Order: sequence, then structure tokens, then C-alpha cells
Amino acid sequence: MSVMLQQTTAWLEERFDLSGVRHFVAEKGVPIHAQKVWYYLGGITLFLFAVQIFTGILLLLYYRPSAAEAYESVQFIVTKVRFGWLIRNVHSWSANLLIAAAFAHFFSVFLLKSYRKPRELTWASGILLLFLMLGFGFSGYLLPWNELSFFATKVGTGIAGGVPIAGHFLLRLLRGGDDVTGATLSRFYGLHVAVLPAMTTALLALHLLFVQRQGMSVPLETEHRLETGEPLRQMPFFPNYILRDVLAWYVVLAILAALAAFYPWELGTKADPFAPVPPGIRPEWYFLAVFHTLKLLPSHILGIEGERIGIVAFGLVAAFLVFVPFLDRRASRGARSPLFTVAAVLGLVYLITFTIVGHYAK
Amino acid sequence: MTRLIDAPRRGDVRFNRRTFLDALLAVGFVSTAAAIAYPVALYLVPPESGEPDTSSVVAAKSAELKPNSGKVFKFGSRPAIVVRTTDGDVRAFSAVCTHLDCTVQFKPDTSQLWCACHNGTYDLGGNVVAGPPPRPLETFVVNRRGEGADEEIVVSRG
Repeated sequence: MSVMLQQTTAWLEERFDLSGVRHFVAEKGVPIHAQKVWYYLGGITLFLFAVQIFTGILLLLYYRPSAAEAYESVQFIVTKVRFGWLIRNVHSWSANLLIAAAFAHFFSVFLLKSYRKPRELTWASGILLLFLMLGFGFSGYLLPWNELSFFATKVGTGIAGGVPIAGHFLLRLLRGGDDVTGATLSRFYGLHVAVLPAMTTALLALHLLFVQRQGMSVPLETEHRLETGEPLRQMPFFPNYILRDVLAWYVVLAILAALAAFYPWELGTKADPFAPVPPGIRPEWYFLAVFHTLKLLPSHILGIEGERIGIVAFGLVAAFLVFVPFLDRRASRGARSPLFTVAAVLGLVYLITFTIVGHYAK
Repeated sequence: MTRLIDAPRRGDVRFNRRTFLDALLAVGFVSTAAAIAYPVALYLVPPESGEPDTSSVVAAKSAELKPNSGKVFKFGSRPAIVVRTTDGDVRAFSAVCTHLDCTVQFKPDTSQLWCACHNGTYDLGGNVVAGPPPRPLETFVVNRRGEGADEEIVVSRG
């Protein structure tokens, strides 16, 4: 076995210079400190994304993206195809765990201020990836073409219609017309399986490249201690850390398998555009906070439509998030920036409370 | 136990704690791969078509099928062909060429069934006359139902 490996390496070596790779593998280290547990979240998100690609490709074998057949094809997958229920449940559950892991990753990096110089671009690409994941969730939700997703998409795309100036254009662009129809399904399908994956691949490559080139960030306290001459305790990535990563993935896989097996994702009833909206229409949990906030806004604030103001505000928050590393000058200098810590904590508290309130609201 | 672990085996390959743990790890990874590969492999195999085998179908109205003509119709999920010979006899066959599954058609000039893909030719008994088809066409049973202008040609499987 090892002889074969050696021969293969030698064969490759004669053709490509592998010294860079070998050097990278030998040198890559992971800092050891009190906050190192947060390093796992990026890897877990990546793992779940891989699960999504894998199960997504499998679902493509039987799924049919048309208003007439989408629901039936998913029904076919979960009832007729062997282990189809498993693939579909894993895809649905993994999507939700992926969003949760991405949010946890986001908040841990935010609170540790790991975005500070020189990692501004790693952060910005990560925020854009988070938005892409939300886009995956939004577009994928509609694909089974059931009642719940149909009306949730009506509401969701309707919110896009509230964007000032470009609203109507955006709404028609998303829906492929004035209403949510089979044309919307075609668009969301294309978005979900081609456009978003292509964008994610490019951004993810960039994100990972940055992480590899710059190495892992260490918390400010650790960095200060390093400046006083204390040596950085590190663990080799290969094989020490990667094995720990794999262990974390195993735990996630076990959770995923248990959820998929014991809590099947409901298919609901087929969407009927002419049926009255069933009560309790709400988006996926990760959109609940925003959804509920928009619902609570008064119809008019200072003569402007309340919802419109809300949408602009969320747009500004999104833009703010991308530029956090450039705005947090103190962290870039290596100083504490309690203002940003407070902002992150408030954001987290807001998201959690509004998600819960939105869940129980009538 | 110590004796087992430290016992040298075949030359300088030693069965020590490290190789044992490596083997354990490998078994774990291989089992995971197998646990994933099994459902995926079964998933990839398409399930049997939910459509039941059609046993009988109305192919055409008697009146619309002129002598020395043929009509391809849907028999379940596959095409079939019904022909009326010059002397008025009605016959039905599977229209799926036995060579590579193309759909055959009736050729009025030679009164034969002809596959355009590779020039396979069958006579009106379904037998191969020329070309690459390895077997004759599957023959169906023809019945007539109704009377006069309403008479229908009903085709059924053997």
C-alpha cells in the first residue's frame, strides 16, 4: 500500500512540483487557545454544504421542475424510489442545519473579531456566502410545489416588490411574471441548481483560499500575549486537527441521520393557486425574524409605507455586515471594540427573540 | 495480550497499538462509506414503472383505417402499430423495432413495416425480411367492437 503511494507520488512529482503542497501539509497548524472550539463551525458548515451537493444531485435524477409534475415527482421520490425518503429528508434537514451552522459560524467570528485586519476579505466573502445560503433556502423551499411553500414564496417575493424604485422590476424578475406560477418554479429551479451553486463555488474557493493563506485567526487576548513574546501553541492540521474535524462531522452526520429517519420532512398538499391561503403561512425559521419584524411595522411611518422602510433598513444592515471589518477601526488596530461586541450581541438577541415570537405569533 | 501485541509477524511488519488503531479507524471509515453507498446505489436504480401493463387498447376506428395503410398508436407507454392489408385483414404489432428500439412505420409502396433508423424491414406477419433486426415484432391480438361506422379496432396483448 505505502509502496504504491510512494510510487504514485514519485510519478506525480516528476510531472508537477508538489513541494508547495507538501510544505503546506507539513506546516499547516491550528492555534491552541481557550476559544479554539469555534474553529469547528466553519468545517461543519462546509461538510453540510457537501452533503447538500451530494443529495441535491441525487434528487435531480427524479425531480421534475414544472407546476404540473414537481409535487408528484417529490411524492414519487419519497414513496416509490428506494431510500428516496432518506435522500430527501437528509437534503431538507441538512439545509436547515447548514443555515444554523453558518449563523453560528458568523456570530462566533463576529464576537471574536476575527474579521480584523488582514482578514477583511475572508469576512466579506463569508457574509456573501451566508446570503447565498439564504438564497438556496428560499429558492429550494418552493421546489416541492406544496401549498405552504407556494404561499410563502408569494409573500417572500412580495417583500422584494417593496424595495424602493426597483421593487416592481425585482418582483417580476423573481416571479417570471406578475404572479407566482410555473414560471416562478422554473426560475427558482435554475437559481437553485445552477446560478447559486456557481456563485457559491467561486466565493467558497476564495473564502477557503483566504483562510489557508492567512492561517487561523487567534483571539485578541492571545494575540496580545504573543506580542509579549509568549510562543503560539499550535497543533498540526494533518493529521491531528483534521481527525478532530472528521469526528465533528461524524457527530453532525449522526444528528442528521437521526433527524432524517425519525422526523421526516412533510410534503404537505399540492399547491393550488386558486385555493384560499391556509392559516399559519410562515416562511422557514431563518426568515421568521425578518418576516415578523415587517409584520409588526405600522402601515405608515412619517408618511412612507412602513414595510418599505423596514426593507430598506434590512438592506442597510446587510450592507453594514459586509463592511464591518472596515468600520471597526479599533479591532483593526488590535484594540478592544466593545461597540461592535454590543452590536453583535444585540443582533443575536434580536434574531432569537423575534424568531421565537414570530413562531408563536398568530 | 502483551505477547500478541508485541509478537513480530512476517519480517519487520509489527502488529502494534498504532497499526491496530489505524485498522480500527479504517474499518470505521469503510463502514461509513458502505452505509452511504448502499442506499445511494439502490436509489440510483429506477423503481419499476408505476404504470400497469396495458392489456387492451382501442387502436383506431375501423372506418379510418383504409386498406394498405397503418397507424401508430399508444399501447401503454410504448408505441404499437395497426395495419390493414390490401385484402382488408387487420393486424397489430408492437411498433418497437427489435434492433434498437426505434419506432417502425408502414410503407404503403411495398406493404411492409419499415424501421427508418437502420433500414430494418418486416413483412405483415411481423417477420424480419431485411436489415439488422434480430427478432420478429411482437404480435398483438386484434378484435373488433361495435357496429357500422362506430366499429372500433381493439388491440390486446396475447
